[in-house]
Amino acid sequence: MLLRFFLMGLDRKAGIVLTILAILAVAVPVMTLWVPADSPFHLSVFTVSLLGKYLCFALLALALDLVWGYCGILSLGHAAFFALGGYAMGMYLMRQIGPRGVYGNPELPDFMVFLNWTELPWYWWGFDQFWFAALMVLVVPGALAFAFGWFAFRSRVTGVYLSIITQALTFALLLAFFRNDMGFGGNNGLTDFKDILGYDIQADTTRVALFVATVAALALSYMIASGVIASKLGKVLVALRDAESRVRFMGYDTESYKLFAWSLSACMAGVAGALYVPQVGIINPSEFAPASSIEAVIWVAVGGRGTLAGGILGAVLVNMGKSYFTGALPELWLFALGGLFVAVTLFLPKGLLGLWGQLTAKLPRRNKASPLPNAQPANQTAGQKGA
Amino acid sequence: MSAESTLLYLDGVSVSFDGFKALNSLSLVMMPGEMRAIIGPNGAGKTTMMDVITGKTRPDTGTILFEGQTDLTRLREAAIANLGIGRKFQRPTVFEPHTVWDNLELALKAPRRPLKTLTYAISRDDRSRIEEILDITRLSPLRSRQAGSLSHGQKQWLEIGMLLAQDPKLLLVDEPVAGMTDAETEQTAELLCSIAGKHSVIVVEHDMSFVRALGVKVTVLAEGSVLAEGSLDSVSANAQVIDTYLGR
Repeated sequence: MLLRFFLMGLDRKAGIVLTILAILAVAVPVMTLWVPADSPFHLSVFTVSLLGKYLCFALLALALDLVWGYCGILSLGHAAFFALGGYAMGMYLMRQIGPRGVYGNPELPDFMVFLNWTELPWYWWGFDQFWFAALMVLVVPGALAFAFGWFAFRSRVTGVYLSIITQALTFALLLAFFRNDMGFGGNNGLTDFKDILGYDIQADTTRVALFVATVAALALSYMIASGVIASKLGKVLVALRDAESRVRFMGYDTESYKLFAWSLSACMAGVAGALYVPQVGIINPSEFAPASSIEAVIWVAVGGRGTLAGGILGAVLVNMGKSYFTGALPELWLFALGGLFVAVTLFLPKGLLGLWGQLTAKLPRRNKASPLPNAQPANQTAGQKGA
Repeated sequence: MSAESTLLYLDGVSVSFDGFKALNSLSLVMMPGEMRAIIGPNGAGKTTMMDVITGKTRPDTGTILFEGQTDLTRLREAAIANLGIGRKFQRPTVFEPHTVWDNLELALKAPRRPLKTLTYAISRDDRSRIEEILDITRLSPLRSRQAGSLSHGQKQWLEIGMLLAQDPKLLLVDEPVAGMTDAETEQTAELLCSIAGKHSVIVVEHDMSFVRALGVKVTVLAEGSVLAEGSLDSVSANAQVIDTYLGR
């Protein structure tokens, strides 16, 4: 049944995305670890981490596109789930430092010793175990999203009002995590990581392994999202995006559908954050900043909302632009980002993938006679689904 | 009359919006398999009546029973729809990004819970049922067209097809022939008559020739309550009805 679910989502677009990701997963390690440093095909470890960071953002964009593109929920707080996943991973990495911290306390992270705390708070228990931290990476963002969505969707908060409270959610978390007595390192956050699963976090092989793990997480999430969208549940989501009350009168409890997609999306964002933290080496409250969530919305808009692959493309392209601009012309970056968003909204309402779709749709359609012959292939796909 | 044998039983239902009484102690009884036409001037409460039956609006007072036992005033829209009450809106609302086939597949009577739809695979029975509805609604050649690209009349038909797929016990139809050509109106009347019998149908309509073509019992609403009930000829002869509605 699980296999059928994954196969259902495998269309041509999914094929292209997964092929590119598979090539990255093989080529990047080879080019970094085995191609000699003086060869033009050599990739530095710095570049690998940068690419890994882009792909974490791509996973966040994919998660956002699932709710924005397919359920019409414009979340302006998705970075909150990303950051919570990041903190869960950061807590594990802090516990791995052990007695190698500045204060040499085997039990407590440095910032707790500095605050004169004598024992580990209860919510840090278990984070010395990787499996527990990995579970929390999914559970904490997922549970928060479930609780938030439960109240918001039951109360039928929609549209711009929902967007505003998602923004308020991430802002509230930003303020909370800034506080030292929250026990998450205050505004310095969590950093100075040493090991992950017993491997040196700075080592080249660890960095490459983290990159490959990110590619794998992105590919798996893409397949899950694609399978969900292709299923009947996905069709209900698209239907309720455009005509929610009609779907309700058809007997679908639209709140639970939105809650499903919303919580799934939050879990994916959490995984993205968890992979991001070991690659950049720090997590602090600035990840909760409303601007991070808004940037994620821009990635999806640029790439193409409601296409899944568009979010990935947008996240990678915009962040490459950001890396270039903040190096070359730092004061211009925000203008470029704002201008990009305005330009995409005005001229490319369906994003880059939408533009591609328009161009390719125009060319071959000249050869097709009438819309009627289309009836046959669609009927066949309906037949395959049941097989 | 006892409520037990009825399909739908409304007794003393009142709804007011900011002091305006949209429904004023409305009482109405529908028997299983019955078809009923509701007419009335603008603001008579026709749409509000549909809203309270389908759970979109909560009545202030009154009883609404389905099949003599289920209290509809306590249920949410989706739960009411799952009891077997379907609704067709005035403006055709089909799911425009989806194909005609997918629209019908979504409407088709099947488990509605998220985990069931996530793992749903279309069965042989479901497929032949959709084929059947495509034939009834004459949309067979358009099955893989996007619903958004259909003409107005075709959308109306698709929506009726979706209601057939939903297979409700009671069907509420709001102005089904608004904006249709004469030929389409006639076909729609035929279609609705063929549905009645297996399903109970309530039709709200302004078009008198359409109501006449249906040839069913008529209820006239005015100012939120029932003014007259009977055949179209008898209610058209009613002096009060002529005053409030036909006379205008």
